[in-house]
Amino acid sequence: MIELRNIEKKYGETVALKKVSLRIERGEIFAVIGNSGAGKTTLLRILSMLETDFLGEYLFNGKDARERAEEVRGRITMVFQNPVMFKGSVFDNVAYGLRVRNVDSDEIEKKVEEMLKLFRLERFRDKSARKLSGGEKQRVAMARAFVIDADVYALDEPTANLDPENARIIEKTIKKIKERGKTIVLATHNLFQAKRLADRAAYIESGQIIETGESKELFENPKHPRTQNFIYGFDFF
Amino acid sequence: MKRLAIAIVTVLAILVLGVGYQYHIQSQHRVLTISTTTSLYDTGLLEEAIAPTFKEKYGIELHFIPKGTGAAIQDAKNGVSDAIMVHARSKELKFMEEGYGVNRKVFAYNFFVIVGPRDDPAGIKGLTPVDALKKIAQAGREGKAIWVSRDDGSGTNTKEIALWKMAGFDYSKIKNESWFVSTGTGMGATLNYANTKKAYTLSDTGTYLKFRKEGLIDLDALVDKGEELINVYAIILINPEKFDKDFEGAKLLVNWLTNEEGQRIIGEFGKNRFGKPLFYPIVDVLREKKEPYFSWIAKYGLIEDDGEVTECPEKFRYGKEMTFFEFEKQ
Amino acid sequence: MAWEYVVNGINGAIKLVVNGDPELVDIAIRSVKVSGIAAVLAAIIGVPVGVVLGLSRFKGRGLLKSIFNALLGIPTVVMGLILYLFLAPAGPLGFLGLLYTEMGISFGQMLLILPIVISFTVSSIESVEREIRDLALTLGANKIQIMFKIVEESLSGIVLSIIAAFNRAVAELGIALMVGGNIFVRGGGLNTRVLTTSIQMYVARGEIDYALALGTILIAIVFTITAISNYLQKKWVGYD
Repeated sequence: MIELRNIEKKYGETVALKKVSLRIERGEIFAVIGNSGAGKTTLLRILSMLETDFLGEYLFNGKDARERAEEVRGRITMVFQNPVMFKGSVFDNVAYGLRVRNVDSDEIEKKVEEMLKLFRLERFRDKSARKLSGGEKQRVAMARAFVIDADVYALDEPTANLDPENARIIEKTIKKIKERGKTIVLATHNLFQAKRLADRAAYIESGQIIETGESKELFENPKHPRTQNFIYGFDFF
Repeated sequence: MKRLAIAIVTVLAILVLGVGYQYHIQSQHRVLTISTTTSLYDTGLLEEAIAPTFKEKYGIELHFIPKGTGAAIQDAKNGVSDAIMVHARSKELKFMEEGYGVNRKVFAYNFFVIVGPRDDPAGIKGLTPVDALKKIAQAGREGKAIWVSRDDGSGTNTKEIALWKMAGFDYSKIKNESWFVSTGTGMGATLNYANTKKAYTLSDTGTYLKFRKEGLIDLDALVDKGEELINVYAIILINPEKFDKDFEGAKLLVNWLTNEEGQRIIGEFGKNRFGKPLFYPIVDVLREKKEPYFSWIAKYGLIEDDGEVTECPEKFRYGKEMTFFEFEKQ
Repeated sequence: MAWEYVVNGINGAIKLVVNGDPELVDIAIRSVKVSGIAAVLAAIIGVPVGVVLGLSRFKGRGLLKSIFNALLGIPTVVMGLILYLFLAPAGPLGFLGLLYTEMGISFGQMLLILPIVISFTVSSIESVEREIRDLALTLGANKIQIMFKIVEESLSGIVLSIIAAFNRAVAELGIALMVGGNIFVRGGGLNTRVLTTSIQMYVARGEIDYALALGTILIAIVFTITAISNYLQKKWVGYD
């Protein structure tokens, strides 16, 4: 479904990604693990076509993504680590992706209600989104992405800095979304989360993919010394 | 998008209509713009007495723009005014010589006064204006007195410069001496300043009386006699060949100002409030040659023209419907 | 002494307002009207310019921005003088007949406050632009939808810029005096006297108490407009 070949990305003089090659299959949860600053966010931004200025090849469904950036953006939705809320109610926030697609209002009502339920946000429906807590905002951000009928969701540290209760709701929902046949790319520094959710995973360090594999295999039996270093030295706190 | 377009069109439409309406209102009113001196304006004569009566009579609104005589003349040169009301003969003459002004008519006079603190440190009370200035300069140099000058190119300032000259001083030189303060503002502000500093200054009677009566200043009129102090107000129309202004309307104003009713209003203004008028009607004095004012006005307010003295030399007269005082030179 | 004046000023203001002094009401309404029109005009021109400047990236954009920022502090007397020369019948814009009219003041104040609207609009756009652009983009919005969303999100900043612009206009003296002329005819339809010009006039005439009373009213107007706009913003734009 997604294939990256030798992707390179620089911000000025800083190299963010170096010769990154990846394949992500339809319907899987693919985890990108690594410490902060390793290049996870940049990778996700390229997948979502929020960055189009990079070297290398990006194929989406076998075709060059940059040539069809708009279409690709319609099919991949990214959820940012920092849950930016639009002004307005929770409902307005979740409905945005449908409104810009000119979905009719009955349909919007139905789909948004369903998402709010999934993320246990019903009682916040008419509240100002910006007045919610961090965890609630993150849930709104997820709902706002999942309400769109995209093929791929790129989630950037969806549970970083969240309390266990919120994290649990979000993880549960990610699994539910996968069951609907969606593809999920999950960037996380949390090894356990990746292990719990992902089918396959890649370890990224200093902008380079060090090792890719079945997540079980990667976590229990890492081959590369740097991956080993990351996994065995994982900070439990 | 559609709603936005409608909103933009609506706003633009309101704007165009609004501007159109404003121009419509403006065209409904006949307005004369008169640039004038602050000494006429600050007394309230123009806005409180002349404008309302003239409007009632002719339906024309008078818009007075108060500035010093110099600035008022500049206003007229920019094509702003329909007429100017000023009191500085030399500047008026120049204004007409440059081709901007025509048909000068004098309409009122009063006197300048030299005012100062009650204790009169320079000892000028009762002196002639020229002697008084000499004394003030002397006291000033000894550090005992301060003189405040408007220094704003106004009619009062023009008179002041002339008086200093008569007293033997060069205004541009004494200006730099430490006892000599320039305010660069109107009569009222200058009086206030002189009051605060306990200084001497030259003022027109009208503004002085008003400020004195209302308790705004505590300065005494120390020198108020002497022909040099006479202050003649004139109105000059804008040359219609220079600017297309409301010449006919301005003519109406001049004729009304110098007829019986206009002169009466000028003479009565402030009588009740201040005990004496702030301005004196000039027409009767000239017609009946009332002395000594007639000679003083002839000397300081009229213009020499080919062996005669007149309000307006013949070459500056425009049209034939206005009449001007002319007298044999004495 | 000074405090006495201030207290007298406030007392005088209350008396004038309570008595509904018709001259005062006329002048105060004109102040609000003239500067209000200036603010609306400045918004009509300035907001779109600010939005374009905030959203687009082109050569010379930085220069343009710094020009508008520099113009924020233009002295009103200088502006008034330049406008006077341009609008005088002998000047290049004399044919408009704007000198010594209400419209003329509005026009002049509009030019004065345009940089405020533009600069503040640009910075409020820029403050939300990056986050909102990415978010709207990834949620599938097209260019125009993104633009509208960014403007919507910057709306409170833009409204604030218009209020600030109005406050500067209503409180300025240079343009109102030189372009307006402080004309007042009792019962006249073309008066141009506003609060600031009458304050300076009464100061010049030595009537400090009356001038201070008018000053108090001017300040009250500025505060009231700001408070109302804050309230309306909470109520309409809401959620923030």
